Order: sequence, then structure tokens, then C-alpha cells
Amino acid sequence: MNRPLVRFLLLACCVISPAAAQRAPLPPGPGKDVVEAGCATCHSLSYIPMNSRFLTPEVWKAEVTKMRTAFGAPIDDDAANAIIAYLVANFGAPSK
Amino acid sequence: MLRRDVLVGVGALVGHKASAATMPWLSPDLPDGTRTEAHLVQVPGKQPLIQLSDRPPNLETPVQAFRTAITPNDQFFVRYHLAGIPDAKKLDGWKLEIGGDAAERSVAFGMQQLNDLPQTEIIAVCQCSGNRRGLCQPHVPGVEWGYGAMGCATWHGPMLRDVLKSAGIKPEAVEIWLNGVDEPVLAATPAFHKSLPLARALADETIVATSMNGAPLPLLNGFPARLIVPGWTSTYWMKHLSNITISSKPIDNFWMTKAYRVPAGMFPVADPFTTQNNAQTWPITGMVVNSLIASPIAGEQVDRSGFTIRGVAWDRGNGIARVDVSLDGGNSWQGALLDRELGRFAFRTFRLATGPLPRGTAELRVRATSDSKETQPDAWKVNPAGYHNNVPQRLTVTVV
Repeated sequence: MNRPLVRFLLLACCVISPAAAQRAPLPPGPGKDVVEAGCATCHSLSYIPMNSRFLTPEVWKAEVTKMRTAFGAPIDDDAANAIIAYLVANFGAPSK
Repeated sequence: MLRRDVLVGVGALVGHKASAATMPWLSPDLPDGTRTEAHLVQVPGKQPLIQLSDRPPNLETPVQAFRTAITPNDQFFVRYHLAGIPDAKKLDGWKLEIGGDAAERSVAFGMQQLNDLPQTEIIAVCQCSGNRRGLCQPHVPGVEWGYGAMGCATWHGPMLRDVLKSAGIKPEAVEIWLNGVDEPVLAATPAFHKSLPLARALADETIVATSMNGAPLPLLNGFPARLIVPGWTSTYWMKHLSNITISSKPIDNFWMTKAYRVPAGMFPVADPFTTQNNAQTWPITGMVVNSLIASPIAGEQVDRSGFTIRGVAWDRGNGIARVDVSLDGGNSWQGALLDRELGRFAFRTFRLATGPLPRGTAELRVRATSDSKETQPDAWKVNPAGYHNNVPQRLTVTVV
């Protein structure tokens, strides 16, 4: 198979990918931009709605901490707090 | 040659568009957010699969695929941890390198050299440790898989043992470290490296698969070569296998010492992974006995004159002794007929022809028992990462 065709097929895959992305945009709210910038560097945002709504504020905080400490996400304390607040408000377990 | 093989897979379906469809048969026990987010997507080389995330790709096999013992390559589930997955270009010139402080020498294999070694073949279930995590009660964070983070294929290639012997194994070897071509997005993220105890690496059934169901492995299932560790969960089945280290020391990284661990002693272990055990947790190893009804599917209309229930059962290689099915939500059970065994690590298909049923809804359940007398528990053994969920599947059908 020749190289131009290889390039075309690889490009075709890239073109298909966006249509297969996350199902619904994240809901608006304070911190949404920080979430999109901080989380989507490494993984699709699908992980957030997929893990809802059942996580307590403590567990959402632990998840963000895991991304920073275990996976090396370059998120500072202010950004982490904004992300946690957004996740708790929009994707946290309903309060009892 | 590598490029051409990849593109056979990539090119075949490249014209198809991603498709979303409703899946009324998705389990109501999944988190609501998962049920909203999951959708059917057709990626190149695959039939429509249930997409839980696209970057990295995590794609689940619909339950309908488990009506047969062998899961077709184009319906086989896809699981990656890190988004740096290889494309055809990256795999061009692929080699498998073997070395390490407990190796006599360093060697490298291309595909031709792997093919020149004695070949073996095994039918084995490849199941994600977190299969059915989304059905755990209480829910735990992670990729919220339903029933389909698993498949069973015929794997073909040389034994890992023969590959290791080519490098020479020094007496001080304790673990075999594994690395694949996929990589993290950030340099700060731990690469997905795993290890096996030496005994497991030397077992007859542990092979370097260069073919799957008689064809090259699909790109998303580990092309060009993937480690096969029958009986153990697929976290050890390294895809795009590129580096093997014969080591005198246990590996020390996030993916072994922090992730993929279960509370010590919670689950039965046939061959312990002692170099990675600690007082609180052990690495996950062998699968627990489990079963799945693939026909009918949840919500399906079935005939009151009777219908046939079909599905699969499996464990970590002890073998399946019996499969029991309930048509009344677990009040009474009947033994299903087991089809012939395709090997102790394979899916065992079963069937049960029901008698006449009253009109209305019926809750079906299924429960397998292994030859080691292990059976599926009524309640999931709660563990933080949501592993080994083998609570009997339940689904509701409408009798008309």
C-alpha cells in the first residue's frame, strides 16, 4: 500500500473521531472552562458524566487528587478547587 | 508488511460513519450518567460497540455477541488506559525486545522470528478486571462497564517461555516485566507497564499471540502481538507488546503497586503473585466464576409457548461444572445444558429450553458453578476498584 493512501486512511480516521466523541457537552457553570482545559488534556470528558451521579464531594476530590499526584496532571491548587466545585455541583451524588 | 496488515483492518470500514442508537437493553443497574453517556459507535475495523469514552477508546461488546463461544474480532471489546495509542505508522518497524538484569543476553524479535518459533494455540477468555464495574452496588468510580468488557478468542503464537529462553533466564529472575507501544499523553504520567511472576510467565498457556481467530490482531486489540495470560484478568494481557524485561526485582510502579489490587484474601487465588503482595492488598490475578445470558436480551418479547435461553459461562481455568437458570427472579432454578468444552479457559456455551410461561414479565437469572465448587455469590464482595463483580446477572423479559 502506498504512502499517500496511508496518509488518506489515517486522515479519514481522524475525521471520523470527532463524530464519535463525548455524547453531550458539559453543562454550563463556574469552573467548566477549567475542567475542559485541565481534564481533556489526557482523556475525553466522557469520564465525568459516566461517573455520575453517585460520587460524594470527598470522592470527587480524591479523583482530582489522583489525577494530580498519580498521573501528574499539571493542575495547581486553585484550578483543582475549581474543578472539584464544578464536578460536585454538576455531577455529584444528590445530597440526602 | 506491518503497514499493510494494519490497513486491512483500518481500511475495511473507514467509510462508515459513527452511529448513535438507543440501547433499551442496557442494564438499569448502571449509573444514570453512564446510561446517558454510553452510545453505539462504529470505529474502523469494528461493528458498532458501546462507547464509554473515545480518548482513550473504551468500547464494550453488546451482550448479543455472547451467543457463541468465540467472540468475533470486529466485536471484541477495546480497553486502553492512556490516550497515546499507536497507529499504523507508529507500529511500522515494530520489534519485540527482550533483556533485563536477569537475562543472559538481549534479543529482538520481528514478526518473522516470532513465527519461526514453535507455535501454539489456545481458546481463552480475555476479561477486563473491571468488567461489570458499572453494575456494582454501591457504585465505585472508574470506567463504568456493563457486561461486555470481555471476549473469547482463539489465540495463536509462540509460548512466552520460548521467547524468554532465547534471551536466557538467570536463576535470580523473579518477575517478567511487560511494556507495550501505547504511552501516556504527559511525560509525568506513569506508562502502563505490568509484570508477571516467573512461574506464570513460564506456564504452557502463556503465549505471545500474533493472531486472533485466524487473523492478525485488530489494531485496537493489540496488533501486532499481545500477551495472552489465560485465567488471569486482561490487565496482564499487554497489547502492542514491545519490551520484555527479565528481572531479579519486583516492578515498582503505579499500575502494579497502586492499581489493579484487591483486599488481601478476599478472592480465591490459585497461583499467588507473592512478589507483589502486601499485608493489605494483593494484585488481582485469576478470574472468578461467572455467566451471562445473551439470548434473550433485556426487554425482549418472548413467546409464552416457550423459548431457548442461551449464553456463556467461564472461570479461571478450573472448568464449568454446571449452569443454573431461574425464570422467576431466583425463587427456583433449573440446570441448563452445557455444550462441549472448547478448553478450560474458554467460554462454555449453555442453553435451556423453557416450558410454557404465563404472560407478563419474567425475571431471568443465571448462575454458574465451577469444577472447583466455586459459585456466584448473591452479593458483590465490595472492593474499592470494583473488581470481580460476578453477582448473577438478572434481566427482565416480556412473555407475550
